[in-house]
Amino acid sequence: MSGDGLLMRAAQAFLAPLLAVALAMVVGDLLILTYGESPATVYALLLEGTWGNWYGFGQVIYKTMTLTCTGLAFAYAARAGLFNVGAEGQLAAGGFAAALVGLLLPASIPGVIAVPVCIAASMIAGGASGAIPGVLRARFGASEVIVTIMLNFVLLALLNYVVASHMAVPETLHTAEMNAGFVARLGSLFPVFAGSAANLTIVVAVLVAVFAWWKLFRTRSGYELRAVGLQPDAAEYGGIPVSRVWFRAMVWSGAFAGLGGINFVLGYKHYYEEGFAAGSGFLGIAVALVGRNHPLGILIAALLFATLSQGGLAVNALVPKQLVDILQAVVILAVATTVPEVQRLLRKTAASLVRRDAAEATP
Amino acid sequence: MRRTLYLLGALVAAHLLLLTISPSGATIAPEGEGLDIGIVFDVGGRGDKSFNDGAYLGGMLAADSLQARVRYIEPGEGSDREAGLRLLAAEGMDLVVAVGFIFTDDVLTLAREYPDVKFADVDFAVATDSLGNPLPLPPNLVALKFREEEGSFLVGALAALAGGSKKVGFVGGMDIALIHKFEAGYRAGVMHVCPDCEVIAQYAGVTPEAFKNPGKGKELALSQYQQGVNVIFHASGSTGLGVFEAARTTGRLAIGVDADQYSEAPGHVLTSMVKGIDAAVYDAAKAVQTGTFVGGVRVFGLAERGVGYVYDDNNRALIPDAVRSRLLALEADIIAGRIKVPNTR
Repeated sequence: MSGDGLLMRAAQAFLAPLLAVALAMVVGDLLILTYGESPATVYALLLEGTWGNWYGFGQVIYKTMTLTCTGLAFAYAARAGLFNVGAEGQLAAGGFAAALVGLLLPASIPGVIAVPVCIAASMIAGGASGAIPGVLRARFGASEVIVTIMLNFVLLALLNYVVASHMAVPETLHTAEMNAGFVARLGSLFPVFAGSAANLTIVVAVLVAVFAWWKLFRTRSGYELRAVGLQPDAAEYGGIPVSRVWFRAMVWSGAFAGLGGINFVLGYKHYYEEGFAAGSGFLGIAVALVGRNHPLGILIAALLFATLSQGGLAVNALVPKQLVDILQAVVILAVATTVPEVQRLLRKTAASLVRRDAAEATP
Repeated sequence: MRRTLYLLGALVAAHLLLLTISPSGATIAPEGEGLDIGIVFDVGGRGDKSFNDGAYLGGMLAADSLQARVRYIEPGEGSDREAGLRLLAAEGMDLVVAVGFIFTDDVLTLAREYPDVKFADVDFAVATDSLGNPLPLPPNLVALKFREEEGSFLVGALAALAGGSKKVGFVGGMDIALIHKFEAGYRAGVMHVCPDCEVIAQYAGVTPEAFKNPGKGKELALSQYQQGVNVIFHASGSTGLGVFEAARTTGRLAIGVDADQYSEAPGHVLTSMVKGIDAAVYDAAKAVQTGTFVGGVRVFGLAERGVGYVYDDNNRALIPDAVRSRLLALEADIIAGRIKVPNTR
């Protein structure tokens, strides 16, 4: 009986995303046809350019790493009932911190020490960026949606300024190459991946997904976090310090996003470049939605979105790359309307707005 | 649950059905004798009406007159740049063109990895050794650089001669060496024909955002017009759209950049300082076809017709004949080396 229930739950969890993907494919068919190309050719090219050869697959792995981190960032906060839309800035901050530490460390430091130090720096910078909206939310009740989205602009502008006017190599938008903290590319271990940007930080992403799952579902603090997310008032009544939970959730969320920065910085280019993963922070929201805020689902969803993103390049010769943007949008919209967490968040937002209006109406 | 399953089945069936359709004009396999050219655009992508569209035009020109087959890739995030170049190189393209200085590292890596493919990079940032000498490039890579200062010199002279004011304006995008080249040339041009003129030069910011901030462009332009400036030269990407709007509302003049920007404010565009990215890309393609491709740095100035300014039916009325002949004389002087145009402030 319980096995049956589990099966049903799993089937239901996968059904909505599957439906969304099917819908996106049909919309894609129609768009490709209106563009005058044959859907079979385009989809074949998309698959061939992503899962069809080791290089393409490596690129998918590369993109999966960052999207997993930003997806986890959104999901972790969402489980506490918070919308962290600031992954874009937190990701950049994490990447910058990793590159900065890599630049400051002497080249003689062995990788076993340098890499963890850089990774820690990325998480601390991301976590600090998440702590600001966390404090404002927990102490003063400021809407984390607005604070995080505005903080994106502040962080990106600040980093752009620091890099462009003080650290950039002339005629470029990036810093000098780091001295230490290099993570091996997959291509140097398995020659089939040669040339691909994929690197061992993907292992870190998978480990962090496992860590997030363990923390959310196997620890007391995770239980408290989910309780707060489901019903903060009841959690408070049950003795859970809601403000503290919110603060911690935002710090972890920011740390996960910041970690995504090591993919480009430690694993690929070994320097911080302006806009190195532009859009990945926001795409992480979609990844979390499609992955239903579950670490395992997020890994799968990150693979899906990474495939679409890399596939967009592969089919770019036949159709404009906006095609895959539209496919991603269809998946997001279709899933967003079916995911219970989203429905609940939407309902809650609406309810709180009504409450606020009522409170303002009564002097 | 059951309804959802039915819906899923219906969608999959529709998808399979649509897969069988193949429109008559659909691309099948490339064929023919001509060149294969791949172009990877800057992150801004096509439709910027200057930089990327110039490269696109060069590709179209090669397709028309060299029967080349041209493929385009528009990268998104950072890693897409190398991925796009690699996709094209791995297919064995004859020439792969990267558009923008941001490709410098990527194109260098790829050129070393694919010695049989020719590469060209517009605005490639040539690295120098500790003594300041440029480092040699791989033999299959050509860096396409432009002497923006020479074109800017001529439009500077034009602004001073045809503006009717002792004050002339300049609006730059991001405050970096690349844009200082425009300002330096422009200033030198103004001073050459009008030593007691004043150049008011301002920049929209210190981040790449400064290249896409029309609001700031308009604000800067309006304040300059108010100070008595009649002509403003902008080198600021889409920030310049704000400069054109200010020119329209105040009835003054502006000078476009990179491509002919007359259509942005008809009647208010004195001229545009054009960069012949299309010609440079076309030349590279032609060199590959005729087997005369040579790697290294290629610089396009006035002499190579790589830079210049627009003079056609649209703006002929704004430029008196005497001014035109003065500009032609200056151009000849620069080409002959009688005038040295500075490229730094």
